Amino acid sequence: MKINRRRFLLSSALVGGGVLIGYTATRPSRHRRANTEIAGSGESFVTSLIKIEADNTVTIYVPHSEMGQGVHTSLSMMAADELDADWERVNIEQAPAIDLFANGDLVTGFAGELGAPSFLAPLISVSAVKIAELANLQTTGGSSSVRFTGEHSMRYAGAAARDLLVQCAAARWAVPAAECTTALSFVHHNATGRSLSYGELAAEAAMLEPTNEPVLKTREQYNIMGKAISRNDIPAKVNGTAPYGIDAQPEGMLYAAIRFAPVFGTKLISVDAGDVLSRRGIKRIVQLEDSVAVVADSYWRAKEALKSVDAVFEELGNENVSSASIYEQFDASLAVDDSDEDREIGDTQAAFDSAADVIEANYRVPYLAHAAMEPMNCTVHLKDGRADIWTSTQDALGIKSRIASILGIDAENATFHHSYVGGGFGRRLPFNWNVIDHAALIAKEFDVPVKTVLSREDDLQQDYYRPAVASNFKAAFDSSGLVRGWHNRFTGPVQTPGAAHIPYAIDNQSIRVVDGTTHIPIAAWRSVDHSQQTFFTESFIDEIAHRAGKNPYQFRLDLLSEHPRHRRVLETAAEAAGYGRNLPEGHALGIAVQESFGSVVAEIAEVSMDANMRPVVHKVTCAIDCGFAVNPDTAASQIESGIIFGLTAAMYGEITIEGGRVAQNNFPDYEMVRMATSPEIDVHILESDNTLGGFGEPATPPIAAAVTNAIYILTGQRVRELPIKNHDFGKPSLAKA
Amino acid sequence: MANFKVNGEDKTLDIEPDMPLLWALRDELGMTGTKFGCGIAACGACTVHINGVAVRSCVTPVSAIEGQEVTTIEGLATAAVGSNPSNPALTAVQQAWIDHQVPQCGYCQSGMIMAVSSLLAQNPNPSDAEIDSSITNVCRCGTYPRVRRAIRSLATA
Repeated sequence: MKINRRRFLLSSALVGGGVLIGYTATRPSRHRRANTEIAGSGESFVTSLIKIEADNTVTIYVPHSEMGQGVHTSLSMMAADELDADWERVNIEQAPAIDLFANGDLVTGFAGELGAPSFLAPLISVSAVKIAELANLQTTGGSSSVRFTGEHSMRYAGAAARDLLVQCAAARWAVPAAECTTALSFVHHNATGRSLSYGELAAEAAMLEPTNEPVLKTREQYNIMGKAISRNDIPAKVNGTAPYGIDAQPEGMLYAAIRFAPVFGTKLISVDAGDVLSRRGIKRIVQLEDSVAVVADSYWRAKEALKSVDAVFEELGNENVSSASIYEQFDASLAVDDSDEDREIGDTQAAFDSAADVIEANYRVPYLAHAAMEPMNCTVHLKDGRADIWTSTQDALGIKSRIASILGIDAENATFHHSYVGGGFGRRLPFNWNVIDHAALIAKEFDVPVKTVLSREDDLQQDYYRPAVASNFKAAFDSSGLVRGWHNRFTGPVQTPGAAHIPYAIDNQSIRVVDGTTHIPIAAWRSVDHSQQTFFTESFIDEIAHRAGKNPYQFRLDLLSEHPRHRRVLETAAEAAGYGRNLPEGHALGIAVQESFGSVVAEIAEVSMDANMRPVVHKVTCAIDCGFAVNPDTAASQIESGIIFGLTAAMYGEITIEGGRVAQNNFPDYEMVRMATSPEIDVHILESDNTLGGFGEPATPPIAAAVTNAIYILTGQRVRELPIKNHDFGKPSLAKA
Repeated sequence: MANFKVNGEDKTLDIEPDMPLLWALRDELGMTGTKFGCGIAACGACTVHINGVAVRSCVTPVSAIEGQEVTTIEGLATAAVGSNPSNPALTAVQQAWIDHQVPQCGYCQSGMIMAVSSLLAQNPNPSDAEIDSSITNVCRCGTYPRVRRAIRSLATA
């Protein structure tokens, strides 16, 4: 789907002699309507804003959540660079959660890709993005902020502001605008040696009609983009002053501890609170449809009291569901093969009918929790028809309107108080309404603020999970040993269209999805379907390479002649990792490559087996073609982060179901990579002429297969089910002892 | 009554003796720099110093620290005055965290910095193995390579 972008620039004068500049990008069909609405109500559809004040300070409002990905800094760099602002005099502000700062670019941006991720699906229709719903969106996800808001809003806003300032200066000096230059928040006329600061011009600039299509810089003209600039959120994160949602402490606040129905989808029947209400600090027991909460004057008191509350929940039959029964269900679904098309190329049936050799393999992965370090929480204060909201979220506008509707007030009467986000990874996206709904319902019972906090146990047991998925593969080889058919059936649902597709030149491919519905709630989890599909496809292609007797690296290259970006990252990573050269005794290199969120990533894991035959990942070499890295150091951080996130899942990650509920309780049984198990990571960022690719997610998908492909070389054992910790790689051999 | 010092100030709180220090700091004293992560000493987000030594405050009842000296992330720089002449508001560890752009979401970093500060106070030049065995905090963003780099920069300084 091709999007014909039009941008509508809006400017307005500021009290005190400044200018506000903003942009929105929507479809042409909406131009008239948007303008009509805007004319009536001011800057309704502005997606990003730059403020220039008389003292020559520039403030950039970023309509995205800062959760450690450095987006406040990166997006500000994009606007400031096009503006030719003096970075030392740029202030960065979180844009407030009002519809003026909706970031609908993200929706149109995704619509231009292979399809929208599921978390946005309710906002997108085939024909158009609904304008009213765009106004309700301020989502951060899909590795999209820089790619869409940055490229389509921030840069244009900066360039248009610069254009206005130049016009004003040229008019004052009575010289052609083309003779004026800009640098460090000043306009210069070099021929006459005159200069004016942006601050001096701002009030006049606000009176002019801005252009809708300003000229952007080319990469060679960037002064700020492409530099490793320190993130503005870090200083507050080293001295304890950075506020997170969980840190909200409005006057008179109470605290709620909550227990949910342990089996998903069941309702509360009865509660016996015993003597709990007579205990110190306990205010009330609140019964909700699927949960019971204790509200107290301290979170600890509420949490302790909740242990003494007996709650009975209904039983609907899912009490018998287990991970084993889910996998049996998946196997049955795969066997029946009542499937929907994902991708069909050539005549796969014929390729298998005439095959000289066929291999088959079954893969599967378990559910995964997000386990953000900041437990889920939300503070709500409803009083006199107005609400204040504090929570760490990936969509402030969406949360605000959701809570307002639960409270029965207009969203305009709700104020969202922004904070940093203590980890998102998809958990804090819209539609994952636990614990947002519960916090609103509990707070509705009080006229003081109530902070609802999930324990780590509930955070793990009441998540929306990366789905468990099973995948059946077959490959057909012809009599000369060439791979001619690729057969893949996997359990759905599909959250990320295209994630199961392969870049390899195999003539006949049949990739289809079968039903994988269970009662376990699922959602986006960092890199979404790529996290499991890349493990599957990059493992099975490795199996094919070994069966064909080929070197897995060269085998991939040979099938990627149509994919120069894939080849380039593979070659770069292989060179940097020392592929084909001598490794330390007992070490092996495993390879995987995947394109996701606009970036192509190759990872090579250097692995050995320790004395107990447990794998040790020593080093991961990563090459990424991202088009261009706005802030290379932030990009490297995100890649390191994505690899470790994926490695945690590969090595340890599993949420298992017993008795219809999650069996894991806390970090001891949902283990993480820590310092001792964190590999050295070597990142190579490759620029190219391609449009900007994402950084937050694309490094997560390849790591699992990179590690298990190395384990295969070391042990001869093919890991087809994650996590790796559950595999017995045998006793240490005498030779190694 | 619970009596202990926080960042040099005497505190007297009318709270239960078994209330964990974490909640006394956060909910009773309003000091939110110390974070709740797991509640069972498994992640280290709540790490503070008791008499200069890293302790996980979520499982430390206030009765166990009667009369003792608690240092939190908010008071770390004051407690270590003079350790970083270029910026007295930050310790050398905090400065290294900025120099190496360590934090991402940052939620675990109060605890991480407290743990590392305690380690370096006892062992100014730790080996990789010593770092691995003493810094067991969970960072979901995976800042470990930068944590190690920042520690190394301090150790070799």
